[in-house]
Amino acid sequence: MIPISWYLIVAAALFCIGLFGVFVRKNAVGILMGVELMLNAVNINLIAFWHYHTQVMANPPQISALVYVAIVFIVAAAEVAVGLALVISAYRRRQTVVVDDMNLLKG
Amino acid sequence: MTTETLIWLIPLPPVLAFFVIMLFTNRRKGLSHWLGVGAVGIAWLAAMLVFFRAIGTEGLAEHPFVSAIPWLPTGDTFFRIGVQVDPLSAVTLFFVAWTILMIFIYSIGYHNYGQPAGEHDRPGFPPEGATIKDEKGHTHKVPSVEPMYSRFFALISLFAFAMFLLVLTDNLLILYVGWEIMGLCSYLLIGFWYGKESARAAMIKAFLTTRVGDVFMLLGLAALYSITGTLNYQQILGNPQVLEQLAGSLSPVLGLSWAGLIGILIFIGTVGKSAQFPLHVWLPDAMEGPTPVSAMIHAATMVSAGVYLVIRFFPLISAGWAPGGELTTSMLVMGIIGAFTAIFAATIAVAQNDIKRVLAYSTISQLGYMVAALGVGAYVAAAFHLVTHAFFKALLFLGSGSVIHGMEHGVLHTGEHIDAQNMLNMGGLRKKMPLTFWTFLIGGFALSGFPLVTAGFWSKDEILSGAFSGGQMGVFITLALAALLTAFYTMRQITLTFLGQPRSKAASHAQESRPTMVIPLVILAFFAVTAGWAGIPEQFPGLGGLVPNWFEEFVGSMLRNEHGAEASHSLVPLFTSLAVALGGLLIGWLVYRGVRQARDPLEKALGSLHTLLKNKYYVDELYSLIFIRPSIWLAETFTDKWLDLGLIDGILHAIGRLGLWMGRLLRNVIDLPIVNGAGDAAANGTRGLGAYLRTRQAGRVQLYMVIAVGLLVAAGLLFYLLAGTI
Amino acid sequence: MSGLQIIFILVAAVTLFSALMVVTVRRMMHAALWLVLALFGVAVMFATLQASFFAVIQVLVYIGAIAILIIFSIMLTQRVLETSGEQIIRNWWLPALVALVLFGLLASALSLWRGFGEQLVELPAGVENIPALGKALVDPAGYAIPFEVASVLLLAALIGAIYVAIDRKEKAK
Repeated sequence: MIPISWYLIVAAALFCIGLFGVFVRKNAVGILMGVELMLNAVNINLIAFWHYHTQVMANPPQISALVYVAIVFIVAAAEVAVGLALVISAYRRRQTVVVDDMNLLKG
Repeated sequence: MTTETLIWLIPLPPVLAFFVIMLFTNRRKGLSHWLGVGAVGIAWLAAMLVFFRAIGTEGLAEHPFVSAIPWLPTGDTFFRIGVQVDPLSAVTLFFVAWTILMIFIYSIGYHNYGQPAGEHDRPGFPPEGATIKDEKGHTHKVPSVEPMYSRFFALISLFAFAMFLLVLTDNLLILYVGWEIMGLCSYLLIGFWYGKESARAAMIKAFLTTRVGDVFMLLGLAALYSITGTLNYQQILGNPQVLEQLAGSLSPVLGLSWAGLIGILIFIGTVGKSAQFPLHVWLPDAMEGPTPVSAMIHAATMVSAGVYLVIRFFPLISAGWAPGGELTTSMLVMGIIGAFTAIFAATIAVAQNDIKRVLAYSTISQLGYMVAALGVGAYVAAAFHLVTHAFFKALLFLGSGSVIHGMEHGVLHTGEHIDAQNMLNMGGLRKKMPLTFWTFLIGGFALSGFPLVTAGFWSKDEILSGAFSGGQMGVFITLALAALLTAFYTMRQITLTFLGQPRSKAASHAQESRPTMVIPLVILAFFAVTAGWAGIPEQFPGLGGLVPNWFEEFVGSMLRNEHGAEASHSLVPLFTSLAVALGGLLIGWLVYRGVRQARDPLEKALGSLHTLLKNKYYVDELYSLIFIRPSIWLAETFTDKWLDLGLIDGILHAIGRLGLWMGRLLRNVIDLPIVNGAGDAAANGTRGLGAYLRTRQAGRVQLYMVIAVGLLVAAGLLFYLLAGTI
Repeated sequence: MSGLQIIFILVAAVTLFSALMVVTVRRMMHAALWLVLALFGVAVMFATLQASFFAVIQVLVYIGAIAILIIFSIMLTQRVLETSGEQIIRNWWLPALVALVLFGLLASALSLWRGFGEQLVELPAGVENIPALGKALVDPAGYAIPFEVASVLLLAALIGAIYVAIDRKEKAK
């Protein structure tokens, strides 16, 4: 089958792309998308290691990684809900979603 | 309900009360205090049930009530958290539940519930009094209700939760959580009247000083966890093999064994929390908070938590020590610091005039007693003194609050501008406030160890006899001297406050406090007397054996393998404690009975020594010189003025000026003669750029993040390269 | 090279390419659509790892809910989005450098791991034990507390989101 290294490299690349998106996007929604990519990279890693772990020690069934993935899903959902609500709220107040224009705290 | 379930339920009502008060009943003063007192009442009831079930259980030390749930997955296993009640936590629970309940009830009266709101009262300042008109049209000044009444009850409820948590937990991590929540509550409550400059300074001081101790304690915890792989009491302290392994292995620091190193680190946490020298400086300043706070946090419970911790860890601290044998390093450190603190604070207390500050130094001194008792191996005596001290010190603090309240009433009535907390302005209050006087007298006598009747005598006598029979003569003599001073300043306080003639108009118009304040005093006074009877030593001439020495049996069973035979009971410590207690009280009375003016007779007699004591040996000034001024200098002068304003702003200004200068140059030399308008525009543009660059410094979150992650990556790269070469 | 490996390389290429488009493309709506494709690629990768349950969940939760939510919010804030011109900060090369170095670091750190070169073998059927997972999530001796905490977090996030996004001006009128 497929070597585990492929998955790990793809996940690392996806993570870095997401990070890049967080850095460079001017748009708050764009930043959120970058964060989603990063979370997905984490999930790929977790599942890949789960597979590896399961094949190394067959019994008992390895559950921890799956629980972790489920919790990452939950956290991602929570993050998106709050993040988008903030975006919409900010848009309503300041008529912009460009983070550079949100400079209430600027010195 | 099983006992284990009950134990789980004890800390819950206060924390619920905290959230409910904070979220919903912030505007409703009456509802807030009913919630607070009700929650603590339920906790008290459960605690009493647990306590009586605990003392009815045979062999509780070997088989404590335990209940645990898995909490944090750590690799293959779970970190379990749970509750545990063994003899030590049972007796701690007893006094914690009682004092907390009493202090809650007292707070209702102390914050003038039911009085009108003052006209000038603002949140963050102590209430200044309200003006009311009676039927005849006369106006009176009366005490006014605290503006942040609900907030107070919310915070002390949270505090009560943390204290119960700390006492009932079965592992160090949760103990640390409770410990820190208490630190936070202490911070918030010392600064309860945050409008006052002094309260703000005191809250920061308390927080930072205790933090020093906490960091070391956390290091101790981390070391313990990395070696043993657990923080559970039973698995560490109840396991001789683990203790042996800790005592036998060498740590990398100063040639100490791991047990010694961890013991000292944990003890430093206690030094911070229980205000031992040299971290004692925060406690006297903490008296800026409302008096119930001083009583609860800074006398009865929170500072006791530090001592509770070292008592709890005594098996680890004393690992490798046999009764009568050579002391371990950590015990030696504790003995020295405890005894020194005891006498150091006692001498300062002699020269203080603020009624609460005297008690604060006395608290430091008494905590020093307990630490010293542990240092000489008198385990039971330390625990015993912890219990009795909590009762009588809470009583004394609440009594002093009642006195201050009475004096404030007098001040409001007469309009005199005097300090209501200065004892030299008091005098003769015995007739005005009889109940406060009698209860304060009982508390004071318990503190000074008045023979046979009071609880303080029995516990203090045990400590002295423990030091004596342990062969630690230095500690014994120091503690005996401190006891003499204790009796002296206690009598000084009682004489100055209650006896003689009033030394100010306010004092002659003082008034007895309300029942919600006095009833807790009476109940605590009851315990200040009777709590001692639980631990009368069997060998005591005449009385010994009449009442079984229950405390020794109950708490002593905690030290199952080291419960060596007590050395022969000598009469020397007994007569010493009799002599110092009675002698100190007598001298105090003789010196202060005739004070007429607001002046301390010792001031002349002791001269410059008195000034030294009055200024607390200038420790605050020393710390200010060594630690605080340099940090302020670093922050204000170096970083702010030189680095920020000088260097960074200088560069930016320079860019701006350069632009300006270049603009002028262009304008004057080339542009002005040639194209007038273009030169102006360039100069303005560059000046604008300079100003723009300067303000552009802050606000770009993404840039900050790039820099942060970039540095992280760079550090990782460096680490990676280095790791590759090694 | 086996068929599965070829499939993986194709999927990975599509995923990474669409991820790149997500972070660089100018129109936000297009970025969101690219995101859907990238998330789908991740779901396929889950499936190749025999985590079919999570592949389904990925499609349901990420594509079905999160991506749709993102598209919604883009449409709600449409007006400025399309007109504000450049969507990427000017000095994009510095973050790109940081991300590249990080990738190099991650890759080389991973290659030090002893299991790095190992092949993943096909697991026996039924090893992704969904009933066991379900039980573990509600078992007090298992992961009941983390799961409950996560649930409370989600609930709090939802309530918070409603609170934050609610239009107070509407009430004032």
